[in-house]
Amino acid sequence: MKLALRHVFVLVVCAFALFPIVFVVSAALNPLGTLASSDLIPDGASLDNVAKLLSSEAYPFGRWFLNSIGVALAASFTSLLLSLLAAYAFSRMRFKGRRTGLMSLLLIQMFPQFLAIVTIFMIFTRVTELYPAFGFDSVSGLMILYMGGALGASTWLMKGFLDTVPKELDESATVDGATHAQIFWRIILPLVTPILAVTGLLAFIGYMNEFILASVFLRDPEAKTLAVGMFGMLSGDARNTNFGMFAVGTLITAIPTVGVFMWLQKYIVSGLTAGAVKG
Amino acid sequence: MSAPSVTKAARDDTARPSGPRRREITTGFVVTRIAVLGVAAALLLYALPPLVADESWPAVVVVCLATAAIAALYLTRRFVPAKYLIPGTVFLLAFQVFPVLYTMSTALTNFGDGHRGGKQEAIAAIETASLRQVPGSPEYALTAALKGDELVFLLVDTKTKQVQAGTEEGLSPVDGAKLSLTGKVLEAPGYTVLTTAQAAARGKEITGLAVPTSGGAIKANGLSRAVESRAALAYDASCDCIQGEGGPWRADESRGYFVNDKGEHLAQGWQVNVGLANFTRVVTDPTISGHFLAVFAWNLVFATGSVLSTFALGMAVALALHHPRMRGTKIYRIVIVLPYAMPAFAMLLVWRDMFNRDFGLINSLTGLNLDWLGEPTTARMAVLLVNLWLGFPYMFLVTTGALQAIPREMTEAAGIDGASPWQAFRRVTLPLLLVALAPLLISSFAFNFNNFNAIQLTTGGGPFDVDNTQVGKTDLLITYTFRLAFGTGSAQFGFAAAISVFIFALVATISAIGFRMTRKQEEVYR
Repeated sequence: MKLALRHVFVLVVCAFALFPIVFVVSAALNPLGTLASSDLIPDGASLDNVAKLLSSEAYPFGRWFLNSIGVALAASFTSLLLSLLAAYAFSRMRFKGRRTGLMSLLLIQMFPQFLAIVTIFMIFTRVTELYPAFGFDSVSGLMILYMGGALGASTWLMKGFLDTVPKELDESATVDGATHAQIFWRIILPLVTPILAVTGLLAFIGYMNEFILASVFLRDPEAKTLAVGMFGMLSGDARNTNFGMFAVGTLITAIPTVGVFMWLQKYIVSGLTAGAVKG
Repeated sequence: MSAPSVTKAARDDTARPSGPRRREITTGFVVTRIAVLGVAAALLLYALPPLVADESWPAVVVVCLATAAIAALYLTRRFVPAKYLIPGTVFLLAFQVFPVLYTMSTALTNFGDGHRGGKQEAIAAIETASLRQVPGSPEYALTAALKGDELVFLLVDTKTKQVQAGTEEGLSPVDGAKLSLTGKVLEAPGYTVLTTAQAAARGKEITGLAVPTSGGAIKANGLSRAVESRAALAYDASCDCIQGEGGPWRADESRGYFVNDKGEHLAQGWQVNVGLANFTRVVTDPTISGHFLAVFAWNLVFATGSVLSTFALGMAVALALHHPRMRGTKIYRIVIVLPYAMPAFAMLLVWRDMFNRDFGLINSLTGLNLDWLGEPTTARMAVLLVNLWLGFPYMFLVTTGALQAIPREMTEAAGIDGASPWQAFRRVTLPLLLVALAPLLISSFAFNFNNFNAIQLTTGGGPFDVDNTQVGKTDLLITYTFRLAFGTGSAQFGFAAAISVFIFALVATISAIGFRMTRKQEEVYR
């Protein structure tokens, strides 16, 4: 009896979780492709919206997709490496200013980068004049801007992981004559790879969803990321008519993340908490 | 036999505990050092030329010193920790610490629309904006031409058909020019006449060229006409004021405006330090302080409500599934994690459109005709609901993880001792969960306190009062700041920066209190 109650409760929550997603799927299949005609169960099913989205000239969806994947992959990979390097130093070495460094990172973590959006805008106005390759409307500029938040976001988490790797391993390697760089690349890195994959996935999702910096940074249609571009798809009068296309775009964007999420699910639970309990 | 050699090596190692040890020079060593020098040189080659061309010498010095210091760091064998810390720190300093400090200094200025540049730029803008055509002066047909490389105006007086050449030095007569029917110059000896397309390509140069005359200056009006005009306002250095219409306008260095005796000011001003005026304005200006407090209060409600509701629902589901005889947990788990894996920005927009009054799913399913996002109360409930949907899977995941670390024996023991399930949860499970999850709850609070996307992509801060389009009913401090800086009204960067500083301080205080509380709690339960 009690078990049945548990099932009922979880089923209700599942319905709540699925309801908007079902709506998106049905809007994507809806042959009319407008918001007004979209319902939970579509009247018919067609792939018109897919064709419309992929051939659209006003909305270069393929380009946005590549931009987003490119930025998110490069940014999550680099930020993981940067914070892992720093975490290695914090976890394995004892040096002057170690405590201060850790504490200031904790403090900096409190200040999301986009709070300084006004001055970031001013700084990059100047950068655009000097180095157009890294200025506004450039994906590379956005990428290096994201790197400013790399250390604050995950150094503590990484340090938590590294602390769980037994110190004896690197001590014996030192005895065998390994340098600090060899210990890092050959011993530590392989050992933390599974946990890196999870943190990397979460960082990837974070960068895919980043909107505020990207919306100030990218104005040119060709340079936009999915978040900024698809936001524009639903602006003004186009809101009703473009909804079907938008729904297709949402699903295409979701495929890679949902897939990897399912694949790594087992690790995600432990990955999220392992670092946290340490922190 | 190997054990003694290991201890010997270890002893050798401890015999020389500090200072650079001499090691043989390996290929790897040489290759990495060459790579370091190569990267440093490439960076300098890329970064320096634009700075030199711009003559920003302080920046040149900083870039050179920083590159040299970093290169030196990787060339030596000392300072090992720094080698691992520097890569991230460089970005951290450039794109986080520096912007934050810069924000703090901008908050002390009036930087924004009307106060963008320096005083000289403001004077130039005022004088250009006040140009009026000199009464009774001739009109000219304009032909752009080149003399050598220099841009020249070939000006034909529309009445007398007299041809003159105008440069930055002034007017000079031109002989032997051939005119077209419309009065434009077809060719003139010593000049290369530009075609319309060529002239259009040089549009900026053409609008920028002013030919001085006795009464003012001849400037292009489009690409084929030019008129003689005079500035109605002119800067007078002797009184540090602007003479002319409505003036004199005296420079007010404390406000960054030119002000006349009646207290009016010219539209264009310049950037000055205003001290703490932006901060005091938040507190003392009644039109702002009232809104600021209202926004702050709602901001607290939103962040607390989001954390509590997502945690409650996520934990409830995790507890419901956490039962040895529960079936189908794998499927349930996959479904419940879905909202977390969907692209959040897109799903926020989907929710916004589900709440749409005319076309939205919620109204069409329930048969209501409510303007969900148009009324303050329903809009606030709606954003909390949307944020619950987005956030509870995360809480579900972390609670599941933490639950697995709590031994079942503990709750069973509580049951044997006569505790009801609720008591067992309240007294045993929940406190243990909170110890493990408190840091995550605090960072979730800090995240939601500044959850820009959840508001901007759904309500956009609205609904707005009719008489005040600057502050909406669901605005968070961060969306409010964003609108002040980049919204449709005039940009107030200095003021927006001041509010950012307020947010910095608030988040830091709240988080510090939170961390202190968790530390106490951990001591209690340990």
